Amino acid sequence: MKNAQPILEVRGLIKDFGGLRAIDTIDVQVHSGEIVALIGPNGAGKTTFFNCVTGIYVPTHGDVIISPKQRAPVRLNGLKPNKVTEQGLARTFQNIRLFQKMTVLENVLVARHCRTKSGIFGAVFRDKKTRNEEREMVDFSYRLLEKVGLSGQVNDLAKELPYGAQRRLEIARAMATEPFLLMLDEPAAGMNPKETRELDGLITRIRDEEGISILLIEHDMKLVMSISDRIYVLDYGEMIAHGTPKDVAGNKNVIKAYLGETFDA
Amino acid sequence: MIFGVNMQSKSTSVAGRIVSECAQSLMVSLWFMFLTFPIMVIRIKPLDRTIEWRWDNLFYIAIGSFFLSFIWRYLMKKKRDQGSSEDKEDWQNRIGLKMRSEPKVYITGMIVLGIAVTLFPHLFSSYQTQIMISALMYVMLGLGLNIVVGLAGLLDLGYVAFYAVGAYSYALLNHHFGLSFWMALPLGAALAALFGIVLGFPVLRLRGDYLAIVTLGFGEIIRLVLENWNKFSFGPSGIAGISRPSLFGIELTLNQHTIYLYYIMICLVLLTILVVSRLRHSRIGRAWIALREDEVACQSMGIDKTRTKLTAFALGATWAGLVGCIFAAKTTFINPASFTFMESAIILSIVVLGGMGSIIGVIIGALVLILLPEYLRAFSEYRMLVFGASMVLIMVFRPQGIISSLKQHYEFHGQSGEDLG
Repeated sequence: MKNAQPILEVRGLIKDFGGLRAIDTIDVQVHSGEIVALIGPNGAGKTTFFNCVTGIYVPTHGDVIISPKQRAPVRLNGLKPNKVTEQGLARTFQNIRLFQKMTVLENVLVARHCRTKSGIFGAVFRDKKTRNEEREMVDFSYRLLEKVGLSGQVNDLAKELPYGAQRRLEIARAMATEPFLLMLDEPAAGMNPKETRELDGLITRIRDEEGISILLIEHDMKLVMSISDRIYVLDYGEMIAHGTPKDVAGNKNVIKAYLGETFDA
Repeated sequence: MIFGVNMQSKSTSVAGRIVSECAQSLMVSLWFMFLTFPIMVIRIKPLDRTIEWRWDNLFYIAIGSFFLSFIWRYLMKKKRDQGSSEDKEDWQNRIGLKMRSEPKVYITGMIVLGIAVTLFPHLFSSYQTQIMISALMYVMLGLGLNIVVGLAGLLDLGYVAFYAVGAYSYALLNHHFGLSFWMALPLGAALAALFGIVLGFPVLRLRGDYLAIVTLGFGEIIRLVLENWNKFSFGPSGIAGISRPSLFGIELTLNQHTIYLYYIMICLVLLTILVVSRLRHSRIGRAWIALREDEVACQSMGIDKTRTKLTAFALGATWAGLVGCIFAAKTTFINPASFTFMESAIILSIVVLGGMGSIIGVIIGALVLILLPEYLRAFSEYRMLVFGASMVLIMVFRPQGIISSLKQHYEFHGQSGEDLG
């Protein structure tokens, strides 16, 4: 599997903010069917990395290339976020960014936007094509919500959901764009242990049943160690280690980054 | 024994509360006495060069503000205890659901309303019909601006510019080429939409206050151009003698014209409601709302920000263009003085007071804001005061507007989803 073309390849990525180098020459690869984790202390540049890949920031140097199955490789640098999403990369946010005043179902429907076409005239005249498309969108979204266990709350406003459910809704919303790679930014943040276990199951299910590869940022080590195939460790914008969970857990640099210099002895 | 002590402390605390409440009200009334002293007490009579001291007014203000402050504090406390206004929204949603579950009541209500609306110009005077026409015009303007502000969340303070574009396109086309109202109506709408896109491009990157300032400037630019480009727009003297709408070439009296225009307005308002509500619950409408809720997340979910914003500006402006044509046809005379910032402010107040994003709210908001000052003419001195006070009160007690937007309700039977909204 490792020899195959990676579906996401980031080469020599650099991101400067003025004089500050937030990310310094990073290489990341994600292969089809993998769950890859990106870890590191606060401020290490993980979210900046996500923003560079998804088009919210334009990288200073380097390449972000995707090669989904049966499609020609595409270089994502400089594409707008909505174009990146159209290419099949979907993400969630560290601080939940749902559309608060829309219902649960509407949140997912919005994400179907880039896979549907009906325009102003369709909206006004509601011709058969538009009605069919709308029905398909609603069905698709409802089935997705069933998968993340939110089918009972379709008509609730997103802001009325409990925290864990909001995280799951964000995942469902990202999945509605039909990505081949799902990028989760701290999906377990703020969750209790039970919710985290459920999330663990959900992420694995997404990979196994939907065939969507996953790249996630996470602080919950238990979650990271149990589900990741490979882990990248960032510190101060630099890649300090990568490998299997076992390799990384034993890596001196990683321990130092997390616990400080004094642990050397 | 202990019981007795408790009783005592409780009674003193009640007494203490009464005293402190009274003290608060006393301070409020003193403050109001001080504030209103110059306008309510002193009256200068320039003719006999004397000053009249109206101390009795001061007394009324003291008593009035003393008691009103109790009511005010009670209402504020009630509002705080409720936490948020979710109860009220529930109340609205219950009515919404009831309307769906009991269509009979709903249909009967609609029929009664329909008959009342149809008979209105025959039951009331031409003057009343005129007022209603302008109220309906503001309903349309409000619904149009609601797309931009209420749904897409783009604060547009220059909306009157598109209204002016519509009015001048009909006036000029009529003046130079003798184009009829019905020919000019779609042209005015299209031109306004075009201007919406033209304004949309430079402000794509702007949000919130910055956007508000730029659109405000745009509105003023259009007005100033119309005022100063004499060759094109005839400057401040305006354009007179614009034709009224024609009815298959039939000659109409002035009164009949008014009634005819009233029915045109009713049809256009119904069209607006239909189109706006369908847009609201479509793929595009959801993209607008998502854009309003969170721009970054919206883009990351695959929505083209540029396109979505431009469609919002264009579709919002279209309605202003339509109403502009009607305005020119109604008054048969237009000049730039009709398109000041004040108009934009009134339309924006309609949207905000009525309830951002809610169609029924905007309709009620327009009717209240336009009809209230008209019918308050009887108390002409105080009408702006009442108007201002009611706006403040609505914003304090119902910041989401008179009617907040209803959420779309979906029901699912087994696997297949069905939209009942």
